[in-house]
Amino acid sequence: MTTIDTTKPTPGAETPPVDNYLTHSTGIMSWLGTLDHKRIGVMYLVSILTAFFLGGMFAMLLRLELMFPGEQILSQDQYNMAFTLHGVIMVFLVIIPSVPASLGNFVLPIMLGAKDVAFPRLNLFSYYLWVTGAVLAVSSIFFGGVDTGWTLYVPYSTSGTQMNGILLVTFAVFVLGFSSIFTGINFIVTIHRLRPPGMTWFRMPLFLWAIYATGILQVMATPVIGITVALLAVERLFGIGIFDPALGGDPVLFQHFFWFYSHPAVYIMILPGMGIISELISVHSHKHIFGYKFIAFSSVAIAIFSFIVWGHHMFLSGQSPLMNVVFSAITFSVAIPSAVKVFNWLATLYKGSISFNTPMLYALSFLVLFTISGLTGLHLGTLATDIHLHDTYFVVAHFHYTMMGGALIAMIGGIHHWWPKITGRMYSEFLGRIACGLIFIGFNLTFFTQFMLGSKGMPRRYHDYAGDNWNPTVTELFGKYHFWSSIGSFVMAAGFFLIAFYLLHSLFRGKKAPANPWGGRSLEWQCASPPPHDNFSEPPHVGDPYDFTVLEWDEQEQGYHWRHDLKHEPGEA
Amino acid sequence: MTTTASTTHDHPDFLAHHWDTPKQQFEAGKLGMWLFLATEVLLFGGLFVGYAVWRGNHPELFKFGSQYLDTTMGAINTVVLILSSLTMAWAVTCAQRGNRKGLIIGLLLTLAGAGGFLGIKYFEYSHKFNEGWFPGAYFYDKPSDRSHTWDDNLPVPGAGQLVVPVPDTEARSIEELGLPADILVELSTVVPPGQGPSGLEELALTDTVHTDDHAEHEMHALQREDRPANAHMFFNIYFMMTGLHGLHVLGGVGVMIWLLIGAVKGRFNEKYFTPVDLGGLYWHIVDLIWIFLFPLFYLI
Amino acid sequence: MASESSQHEGHPEVGHVVPVRILFVTGMGLLALTLLTVWAASFDFGNLNIWIALAIAVVKGTLVVMFFMHLLYDRPFHGIVFVSSLAFVALFISFALTDTFEYAGDLDPGDAPKVVEKLNVLGE
Repeated sequence: MTTIDTTKPTPGAETPPVDNYLTHSTGIMSWLGTLDHKRIGVMYLVSILTAFFLGGMFAMLLRLELMFPGEQILSQDQYNMAFTLHGVIMVFLVIIPSVPASLGNFVLPIMLGAKDVAFPRLNLFSYYLWVTGAVLAVSSIFFGGVDTGWTLYVPYSTSGTQMNGILLVTFAVFVLGFSSIFTGINFIVTIHRLRPPGMTWFRMPLFLWAIYATGILQVMATPVIGITVALLAVERLFGIGIFDPALGGDPVLFQHFFWFYSHPAVYIMILPGMGIISELISVHSHKHIFGYKFIAFSSVAIAIFSFIVWGHHMFLSGQSPLMNVVFSAITFSVAIPSAVKVFNWLATLYKGSISFNTPMLYALSFLVLFTISGLTGLHLGTLATDIHLHDTYFVVAHFHYTMMGGALIAMIGGIHHWWPKITGRMYSEFLGRIACGLIFIGFNLTFFTQFMLGSKGMPRRYHDYAGDNWNPTVTELFGKYHFWSSIGSFVMAAGFFLIAFYLLHSLFRGKKAPANPWGGRSLEWQCASPPPHDNFSEPPHVGDPYDFTVLEWDEQEQGYHWRHDLKHEPGEA
Repeated sequence: MTTTASTTHDHPDFLAHHWDTPKQQFEAGKLGMWLFLATEVLLFGGLFVGYAVWRGNHPELFKFGSQYLDTTMGAINTVVLILSSLTMAWAVTCAQRGNRKGLIIGLLLTLAGAGGFLGIKYFEYSHKFNEGWFPGAYFYDKPSDRSHTWDDNLPVPGAGQLVVPVPDTEARSIEELGLPADILVELSTVVPPGQGPSGLEELALTDTVHTDDHAEHEMHALQREDRPANAHMFFNIYFMMTGLHGLHVLGGVGVMIWLLIGAVKGRFNEKYFTPVDLGGLYWHIVDLIWIFLFPLFYLI
Repeated sequence: MASESSQHEGHPEVGHVVPVRILFVTGMGLLALTLLTVWAASFDFGNLNIWIALAIAVVKGTLVVMFFMHLLYDRPFHGIVFVSSLAFVALFISFALTDTFEYAGDLDPGDAPKVVEKLNVLGE
């Protein structure tokens, strides 16, 4: 780290190649019709962040409405539509595709040392499926809206008046499901068939293991939501009554169908996030990941376990007591692989040389928030306490800690981690840390109060509540908690706007990024920032992805490169 | 490898730039297709779950409903689909051996099989629609006059009945149940909760009453005395499953036509036949699903 | 290319060629099993009916997958993918069935309200 010969040009510090994937070809059509996984990843990233903004706006409306008792800005019907669309956008358009489709598409082939994903055309097709689904889902608000909640439970969805809205959303979910399936197929095949010589299964970065496990879930679970919404659409159109008790149908069966997909979908959301965290924690503490194989196999174990716990969403919906007990028991077993991951991350941090870069701050936030979400999951998995907490704000807070505190925080951390690689620019580290702090504080203020709301008995999806914000009685604390929850959400929103500001600013004014700003050892840090069109002209040098001893800091370059006293240069086979 | 001269040598036209060898590309296509087939299995799997749940809890629906399916037509369709699967497999073998003529003939025969299957399905469906055997509540609409089996003189069984949850097995009269007197309740149709799925005991009784099975079969499903509760549910599942399968056959027709165009143009040879192979896999899974649908609906 | 001539002999660069004879025998087997299952359905074995029909269907399905779909000669991983999809369906069926069996007794028997409504109109 100390002896650097600044006179001799170091291999990584050469002027970046003129041709990178951004400059390879120009014109709007070169983007819209591209088969390059990097460009598709960037298009996904932009689209998903747009959808995230939209979903966030609905969340803001909800928090404004609930800030004080009584009707504020939304009527009851508008409120129902707002929380439904917030859920549909955030779940189906943002979190499910978020990490695999955007960051995964960009990073996966490069991490693997491949030139592209296995089926580039399918990749582009799946992006346009996403766009179609997004247009359908969002347009539902112009056709009467949907007020069933994102779960589309029957009989709300079959007997309500929002015929067009329901049909649009079911069709959107169907299309988005296929988008997700094709992404999953693409990634599984890529990992199986496009690993270059030397890239063995256990030399893959853990992010790839997570994406692989996610792919299994996408392929095996998503078709079931396809057939579920297809049945729902037929039911809605023709009233055949498979799920309608008035026609002898079984609404509980709908929930079985729905959760057989939607529980694994929770892990489609969180597993890629966990993969990112494995990368961030190891890279930014400059220490070999602890328990590589345990983390890798726990991803697969979580994927398998997630298929046999769906009934814990249905404890109070008419499911039989026998299955309640069975599902509750299996649910607790999911804690094992999840805890394996958390403890291995903690062990990685132990005695590491931690750099508190912005991505690392998000990784540490993730550890806190994910642990809270996991531990509160135990209250909901326990049958007796779930009776009290079911459909209250406790559930809302729990899954926001998982989905947002877990999956989205990990994704934002990942965006900060790979931003220099994607754009070739560095963002303001100072503003990045402030934004992370705002989001962490705002998030906890927003959702921790909701745990308390829920345990006091505030039901979810209610437009109004009793309580006086300023003089709460002991039983009427709702107003106080709701008020602070809304304040927290504004703080969080400020954090997100700050991120948007400095990331956009960096595109134009940011410093040029070195090839390896953080000291990552996986293959994407061996090619230039931004990567050239073909990723690697020669098969890259594959090694242990977490062996950071081969790297050293270069002050001039403001990045890491291969140690001079070692024979191999990155890229030399 | 990276020089242009060797690229043209190593990379035939059909090989995309990110693959090293045709074998790698072929294997990837195969794996992708098998994963897609897995999603197809799960897509139909959802409907099989619906089937299992209804058949498990209400076997009487299936005993009753399957009488209205034509086993002969179903069997003929099975044979047609198996033969088309055979010709498809043969076409794949031809493609692998570079036998273009055989490939074209095989694809044409397969296409004919698919067309035949859809034709027979069309007759089956239109017959049911004519008789008024619709899914859902439409099942209980009075069928059009084109149906010869509807008898206006016969009562519609189940008319005037109302389902009332019975709080106590001992209470057997309206007064005891504490219901308003103007609610029409036919107590014989009310089976206390916990006494088995949906009045199975009763059905066993009504089944024994009818001896003239042939006359019953001729009668409209709705007017039969032994019509089980919610008989439309059988047709729901039947139309959903065979309908989704039919859509897949239709998709298969599209695939066949696309392959046929490629074969006529000479796109496929013994080195490059991946689309034919993958199209074949898809066609076989469609066949495979029908192999299960046939006994599950027609042979009860 | 020396290898070109050998490819014509049934050893292609990629994939496995299944001889037409094997395909034909498989197809005939499938037809025979179709006959068998129709014939078997004419007897009443009680509760065994569905299991017999399913067993024959499984044999037929195995034939299709093994020979028509080349799985016998293919990579084992493709078989794992396929079998695991079946396993997930089995899992789904068994859990859903267990649950519905358990709560079936709590359901109101008889025609559902909307059906009764329709029949009332029809009966008048």
